[in-house]
Amino acid sequence: MFDKGPYVWQPQKLDMFRKSRKAQDKRLYVWQLPVRLSHWLNILTITTLIITGYYISDPFMHAISEDQSIMAKMRFIHFVSAHILIASAILRIYWLFAGNKFARLKEFFPYTKEKRKEAIEFIKFYSFLKKEVHHPIGHNALAAISYSFTYFMIFLAILTGYALYSESHTGFFWYLAGGWVFGIISDGTIRLIHHSVMWVLTAFLIVHVYIVWLNDNIEGNGLISSIFTGYKIYHKD
Amino acid sequence: MGTKDTIYEGLFNYGITRRDFMKFCTTMSATLALSSTSIPKIAEALQQKKKPYAVWLHFQECTGDTESLLRATKPSIAQIVLDIISLEYHETIMAGSGHSAEKALHDVVKNQKGKYFALVEGSIPTKDGGIYCVIAGKTAVEIAKEVCGNALVTINVGSCSCWGGIGSAKPNPTGATGTASVVPGIKYINLPGCPANAENITATIVHYLTFGTLPALDRYNRPLFAYGKRIHDNCERRPHFDAGQFVRKWGDEGHRLGWCLYEMGCKGPMAYQNCPTVKWNDGISYPIQSGHPCFACASNDSWDVFGPIYNRAPHVPGASYQATADKIGAAVVAGTAAAVATHAVIRTFLGYKQKERFSKEKNEADKMK
Repeated sequence: MFDKGPYVWQPQKLDMFRKSRKAQDKRLYVWQLPVRLSHWLNILTITTLIITGYYISDPFMHAISEDQSIMAKMRFIHFVSAHILIASAILRIYWLFAGNKFARLKEFFPYTKEKRKEAIEFIKFYSFLKKEVHHPIGHNALAAISYSFTYFMIFLAILTGYALYSESHTGFFWYLAGGWVFGIISDGTIRLIHHSVMWVLTAFLIVHVYIVWLNDNIEGNGLISSIFTGYKIYHKD
Repeated sequence: MGTKDTIYEGLFNYGITRRDFMKFCTTMSATLALSSTSIPKIAEALQQKKKPYAVWLHFQECTGDTESLLRATKPSIAQIVLDIISLEYHETIMAGSGHSAEKALHDVVKNQKGKYFALVEGSIPTKDGGIYCVIAGKTAVEIAKEVCGNALVTINVGSCSCWGGIGSAKPNPTGATGTASVVPGIKYINLPGCPANAENITATIVHYLTFGTLPALDRYNRPLFAYGKRIHDNCERRPHFDAGQFVRKWGDEGHRLGWCLYEMGCKGPMAYQNCPTVKWNDGISYPIQSGHPCFACASNDSWDVFGPIYNRAPHVPGASYQATADKIGAAVVAGTAAAVATHAVIRTFLGYKQKERFSKEKNEADKMK
């Protein structure tokens, strides 16, 4: 039906196929609303932050007239997005303790022996050393490690970002938020970290989208649609 | 020199009018960021206090800070030397030499123990027993310990005596460092800069004479009145920054129109000093105003951490000389994209090993046809 001949729209047959499939499948509610919300806020804000942040570091567009205020606008968008990202992070941190077992803190630190084995299995799977691998319902161990690493990167970006923000926003609150970092590392290093995180997150975005597409394709577990609906398809076998 | 006179009497003898004296007090009050009510206090203190003794030490330096002081016009160098402070020892401008010069220094240290200002210019070498800077048979370390250790307060003039400055930039062949690390536990104030601004040197001394204390300091022991504000926030080219108008090449149209020097490597966003307000050489100009990017000379990191003067981004520590974060980052992203693409290609050639369930379903679906 899907791989033979020219495609013909046959709604009844498609429906039958869907029904037969549905009978075998289990739809599991995995990603709760706060998880999905935070995920999409992260995507939106991080993409915006990467673009505006790169502009701030290297102003590739030049104003034609004085009233364009490109840099001021870029900085404004950068700061607003940063605060939305922080709001998203607060929501996600809360959900690390309040969410279901796929959203909890424990999920992101696969320290048990089985989990470590699982991570190695996945490394083998992605480097063509193994043809099949068992996919757990939530995050697999390797994905969990990569997300913990990404969260740490985002944390670094927020901390160094607040530190840099405190340079133009003086006061006790901004000192608490990030100004104290200057007592530990110097201004130049803070900027270097903040800038490097941008490149790491860009690389992560590429890998993340590819791996998700790959797994959705191989596993047929509706991984891509699951981040919209929350439901993952889990097969009988 | 008439060191027993008060400062005001000294000024009066030098032909300074009361009006000029009050103008000086007002300038100092403004430089110290004090309110106008403190002008009479400064005037009173300077009229009553005896001239303080001061010695000026030179170590590994370029005499740039002395040059900066010589260009002080409010008050002029002669007035500072003769009237505000009783400068007993200064290698560049003193008349005496040899043993008589050394005697002047030792007399101050001996007779005015704990009462004189020690102004230090230049870094102190610590490697190989400190032999890279020896004056009158004594190493800089020994001189600093003797003179700064017995001083009322040590004023580090210029970045070199604060934390080593350019002398301590990598690879730091002489083990250069500042006075505070050579003579630990002394009371000191840092007036970094390359060179330090003479207005700030004078204002610090005036503050001490008026209030008997050092001005409020930041975490690097720099006075907040001079180093509390960011150059970027007071820069006259800031509107061009916000507008997105940047100099791209030396002498291009933007440079001629006075646009922002951000892309030419200006470190104004990381630099803290009062250059845009106090300016230099009697308020004539300062680097950014004259079209050159700031390189954060008053920061401990200007040489090794902030990177090349004309580069926006610093070099990545540990990486090769030319590697900026952008070059490495772009390489990482390009490498990732290439790896992903290769992976996808290999996957396609190997064929998708989809779950059996899938093929079963397909078969069923085909049967239903």
